[in-house]
Amino acid sequence: MDLVDSKMETLIRSDYAEGFVTQIESDTLPPGLDESVIRIISSRKQEPEWMLEKRLAAYQYWLKMQEPNWATIRHPPIDFNGISYYSSPKKKPQLGSMDEVDPELLATYEKLGIPLDEQKALAGVAVDAVFDSVSVATTFRESLAEAGVIFCSMSEAVREYPALVQQYMGTVVPHKDNFFAALNSAVFSDGTFVYIPRGVKCPMELSTYFRINEASTGQFERTLIIAEEGSQVSYLEGCTAPMRDENQLHAAVVELVALEDAKIKYSTVQNWYPGDNQGRGGIYNFVTKRGDCRGDRSHISWTQVETGSAVTWKYPSCILRGKNSVGEFYSVAVTKGLQQADTGTKMIHIGENSRSTIVSKGISSVQGSNAYRGLVRVAAKAENARNHTQCDSLLIGDQCAAHTFPYIEVKNPTARVEHEATTSKVSEDQLFYCRQRGLTEENAVSMIVNGFCKEVFNELPMEFAVEAQKLLAVSLEGAVG
Amino acid sequence: MLSIKNLCASVDGKAILNGINLEVKADEVHAIMGPNGSGKSTLAHILSGRGGYTVSDGEVHYFGQNLLDLETEERAHKGVFLAMQYPVELPGVNNMTFLRESMNAIRKARGEAEIDAVSFMKRVRHRAKQVKLDEKLLKRSVNAGFSGGEKKRNEILQMMMLEPQLAILDETDSGLDIDALRTIADGVNLLRSPDRALIVVTHYQRLLDYIEPDFVHVLASGRIIRSGGKELALELEEKGYEWLLEGAAA
Repeated sequence: MDLVDSKMETLIRSDYAEGFVTQIESDTLPPGLDESVIRIISSRKQEPEWMLEKRLAAYQYWLKMQEPNWATIRHPPIDFNGISYYSSPKKKPQLGSMDEVDPELLATYEKLGIPLDEQKALAGVAVDAVFDSVSVATTFRESLAEAGVIFCSMSEAVREYPALVQQYMGTVVPHKDNFFAALNSAVFSDGTFVYIPRGVKCPMELSTYFRINEASTGQFERTLIIAEEGSQVSYLEGCTAPMRDENQLHAAVVELVALEDAKIKYSTVQNWYPGDNQGRGGIYNFVTKRGDCRGDRSHISWTQVETGSAVTWKYPSCILRGKNSVGEFYSVAVTKGLQQADTGTKMIHIGENSRSTIVSKGISSVQGSNAYRGLVRVAAKAENARNHTQCDSLLIGDQCAAHTFPYIEVKNPTARVEHEATTSKVSEDQLFYCRQRGLTEENAVSMIVNGFCKEVFNELPMEFAVEAQKLLAVSLEGAVG
Repeated sequence: MLSIKNLCASVDGKAILNGINLEVKADEVHAIMGPNGSGKSTLAHILSGRGGYTVSDGEVHYFGQNLLDLETEERAHKGVFLAMQYPVELPGVNNMTFLRESMNAIRKARGEAEIDAVSFMKRVRHRAKQVKLDEKLLKRSVNAGFSGGEKKRNEILQMMMLEPQLAILDETDSGLDIDALRTIADGVNLLRSPDRALIVVTHYQRLLDYIEPDFVHVLASGRIIRSGGKELALELEEKGYEWLLEGAAA
């Protein structure tokens, strides 16, 4: 068994392909955080006064807050004054077209397999690219605008669509929600804004790629998606960062609002730099994602594939306010090396007949630690609410760990809440079976792991499903032989 | 094709095989019989490359190569196939995908082109019919939730698709009703050919009613204590193993 485990270990140790640094001139604030920094961020972004006030209020509140310590993650304390809160690639003042974007930047995205050009149209995907703190390019704005869809950077939305931003921002994740949400509300740099008007089915997949490049910077993006009555949208996000010896902080906030009969599908493939095998470097990923099913029959679906980051702290949630509203959470979280993940979801049932489904697949290998933490709450008024949770853990090797923390609070006797959990190992029998049929150990592990994740991959849009499978295959690739 | 000389092997320091000698030529069917714990399955496992066994002595040659030096998958590439006593479930791995990956891995190792989707589909449907495996099971996860009989049919289907040179059937008959036994035997018989050899490990004679062996070997305490023709199986059926064991002890 020891032999098998050590072989497995070499299998799953892999190189991080996105670890390069882009040499680009940037305008980066010195590390440290106080009111003046927030004022600078706000003025660089030419924000209106109300936005600055919101930021300052969040900052004042954050100062009084304590960092949460309940998650099963261990890391040295984060020095919040050691981080630069704003970095932007130096660029010409106004970008009229893609031709004016710094070629180094375009090359970076090209290298990551994200061409920001017309080719993406053939795949039916519109892209917003966020580099360090700033959105550098948003594609297909015109064709989306014809459908009435707004897809732009958050800084632009604050300036161009202040009414919408003021009406919705902070209503799903208020700055008082938690420590990292408060920090984000104070210093958020950029992010994506999406507005789908009434009855419109967004004509293409929308996607954002986040890239942290500068050393010692944090990335604090803010995303807001509003789906009006009867509208539909599918949104994808991908994340990468260079390899660095220091830890970098990523604290994002994502808010989704679905009105009557609206449907939002939000998919993430998170591949931030996980740190090296000794646990040096890597991204600390503290993210608050929440969807509000405000309207009756609204539907919000989260799908995430989490393979990167040194530490992941993330619980994409649904508030099922509307009658017959539906919340879904499909997750694959992989930890290898010394990675730690504490992730899961919250399903808050308020509306009658609201339904939720949770499918969580945790894979731990080498010395990785993987925790599922999920809350299902049924409020007193939520007649006939239903939840089904399935929570599976797969262990590879004998030094990794898997934890499951389900919290279930039911205040209505008609509710039906089910929780299923399994823990399994990639067994020697399975490996032998595959190898006896001619597959290498590497292929066998990758096949078994992909099989384990299938229910979640099925939920991803086609393009991402392939990417996710490849990503897993790459993580499982190694020096065999 | 296969030549086993004085093969001795142990598990966790406990001797299981104590000097096996066996010659298998192409076109032959060898039945290995014997009471529980005699080492039948161990022999099948060692030949197919399962880990956990220590070979302390002896040699195994397969087409002139030292078989024990080869990795498990290399043996598969060279045509060694084991139909397992307890086929393993692979949740989420599509049965047909698995079969195709397996075929292509073997073809690739031999420097052959991958099989195209159309020919593969044709062949797998045809073979599934021959072993009476419900086509629906092709679309499910490998062996997941299959009945005992379905798992064994699936093993034989894999064998038919992979067309091995040396097929080892490890108690394929265990847990099968008489109809399933017949179907599986029919499938195996279809594969009998002048360039293929079969080793059939079984407890009972009844499988040998359908798969007629050229040689029957009785294994006890890790040794072959008697070899003979197919009539030896009938004799065992009638008298049990006791008389042979006593004879061997004496």
